[in-house]
Amino acid sequence: MDKEERQVVVPGEMIAKGSEFLPGEGAYRDGMEVVAGRLGIVNISEKHIRVIPVSGAYYPRRGNTIIGTIVDITFNGWLIDFGGAQNAFLSVAEVPRYVNKNELREYLDFGDSVVVKVWDVKARGIDASMKMRGFGKIEGGMIVSVNPNKVPRIIGKEGSMVKIIKSATKCDITVGQNGKVWIAGNSIEEELATKKIIEFIVENATINGLTEKVEKYIKGLGMKVDKIEIVAENTDGESGGENDGE
Amino acid sequence: MEKAEEKMMASKKSESKTESLYTKRTDGRGFEELRPLKAKVGIVPSADGSAMFETGGTRAIAVVRGPRTLHPQHMQNPETGILRVNYGMMPFSVWERIRPGPSRRSEEISKVSEWALSSVIDLSGFPNTVVDVFIQIPQADAGTRVAGLNAAAMALAHAGIPMKEMISAIACGKMDRTLVVDVNKDEEDFEEGEGATDMPMAFTSRTKSLALLQLDGKISPEELKKAIEMGKKACEKILEVQVKALKEATGGKDE
Repeated sequence: MDKEERQVVVPGEMIAKGSEFLPGEGAYRDGMEVVAGRLGIVNISEKHIRVIPVSGAYYPRRGNTIIGTIVDITFNGWLIDFGGAQNAFLSVAEVPRYVNKNELREYLDFGDSVVVKVWDVKARGIDASMKMRGFGKIEGGMIVSVNPNKVPRIIGKEGSMVKIIKSATKCDITVGQNGKVWIAGNSIEEELATKKIIEFIVENATINGLTEKVEKYIKGLGMKVDKIEIVAENTDGESGGENDGE
Repeated sequence: MEKAEEKMMASKKSESKTESLYTKRTDGRGFEELRPLKAKVGIVPSADGSAMFETGGTRAIAVVRGPRTLHPQHMQNPETGILRVNYGMMPFSVWERIRPGPSRRSEEISKVSEWALSSVIDLSGFPNTVVDVFIQIPQADAGTRVAGLNAAAMALAHAGIPMKEMISAIACGKMDRTLVVDVNKDEEDFEEGEGATDMPMAFTSRTKSLALLQLDGKISPEELKKAIEMGKKACEKILEVQVKALKEATGGKDE
C-alpha cells in the first residue's frame, strides 16, 4: 500500500510501488519499491519521494544559517563547532574584510561565537561563509540552545513567529538552523523574556494554533503584540532558510 | 537387578523421546507467547536518539549520540563513519549486585550487537565520525541482549541515522525437548532432561534476514530450523510495537 504525503515512515517501510517513482533524500529503491531509508515524514512532489527528518541530530544543508564557536585556527581560516558531525571551515577569503593571515586571531579568536552561512556541504566537511549581510561575529546578547528539529516552529511561516517575538520584546533574534538562537536586546530583562517565549514555542511545538497560543503567552508576560498580517500561503516552515540578523 | 535397571532406563529414554519433561511454562504462557511488550521513544531529551524496550521483567534503554568526530584520531575511518555499541547491566539489575564496568560478558554482547546493527545502518555519509550507542539494562529477567537490540534499533532510527531497515530481536529456547519463545530467567535455568538451550536471534524488518544468531546449549539441526521460524514470527510482533512507538514519538498518525 502506498504511503500518503506527510505520513511518518520507519526505516525499511515501503513508501510507493512502481518504477516511475524517484527516490530522493532519505529514501532508496529496492526492486519495484521505494523504501524509507530513515525515520521521517514522507514528502512526494511529482514522482520524487523524500523522507524529511523529524528527529535526531542536525545535518547541515546548503544555505542554512548556523551559529557556532571558533574551536581551531588553521593557516588560512577558522574551524567552527556548530554541534554537527564535523566542524565547519571558514576561510579568510569568506569574511567581509581583508584579514592578514598572520593575524587571524585578531579578527576571530578561540571561543568567539559567529553567525555564518553554510556555503557547501561535502562528505569531507562543511564550508562556511560570512560575506553576506546579517552574518558575522556575535557580540553581546545571549545564545539559547534548542532542539534543531523545532527550529521551523520558531521561525514560523515566512518568518512570522520571529516577527511576532521581535515586535513584542524589541530584541534582535537570529535563528540558526542548528538549534542555536542568538538574542540581542537592550536589557537583560528583555532578553530573558525572549528566551522564555522561545522555550514556550519549543515545548508546545506540536500543538495546533501555535501562533495564537504564543500571542496569548506574550500578553501574559505583560507585553504588547503588534498585529502582523501573515501571508496566507501554505509553506512548510521546514524550508525556511530564514535569517533575521539585521 | 542390573537388567531391571537397564530396562527402566530404556523405558525412560523411550518415554522422553515422545514426551518432553517441560510441558508447561513456569509463568503460564503459551509456548509461542511473548511476555507483555512495552516500548517508548525519546526518553532522554538531550540525546540525539533514545528508546526504551521492555519484555516482562526485562527492560533495556538505549541512547544514541552522534555522528560526531571520533577521537583518538587514529581510529577514524576516512571512508565511512563507525558504529560503537556499549552494553552494560546496571549494578541493581538482578538480585545479586553486578560489578559495574566492562566484563567478559558485556564486551561480547557489545560486539555482537554492534555487528547486528552494522548490517542495517549506513554511515558512509559521515566519514571520520562515530555513532555511539549506549545500552543499559536497569532490570533483567533473561533476554537482555535482544531487548537491548530492540531498544538500540529504535534509538538509532530516532536519531535519524540512515538505515536500510529496522531490527527486531528475540530469544528462543529449548527446555528439555520443548521449543519456546521469549525465554525468562526461570526457564534459562531449567536443568531437567536435556536442559535448557538459549538462542538469541535478530531479524531485519524488510528482507527478514538474520542479523544475529547465537546458541548456548545443544540442539538438533531440525529443531534449530523450527526455532528460527518461531523467532521470525515473534519478531513480527516486536516490530509492530517498535514501529508504533516510533510513530507515536514523532507525532505521526498511524494509517
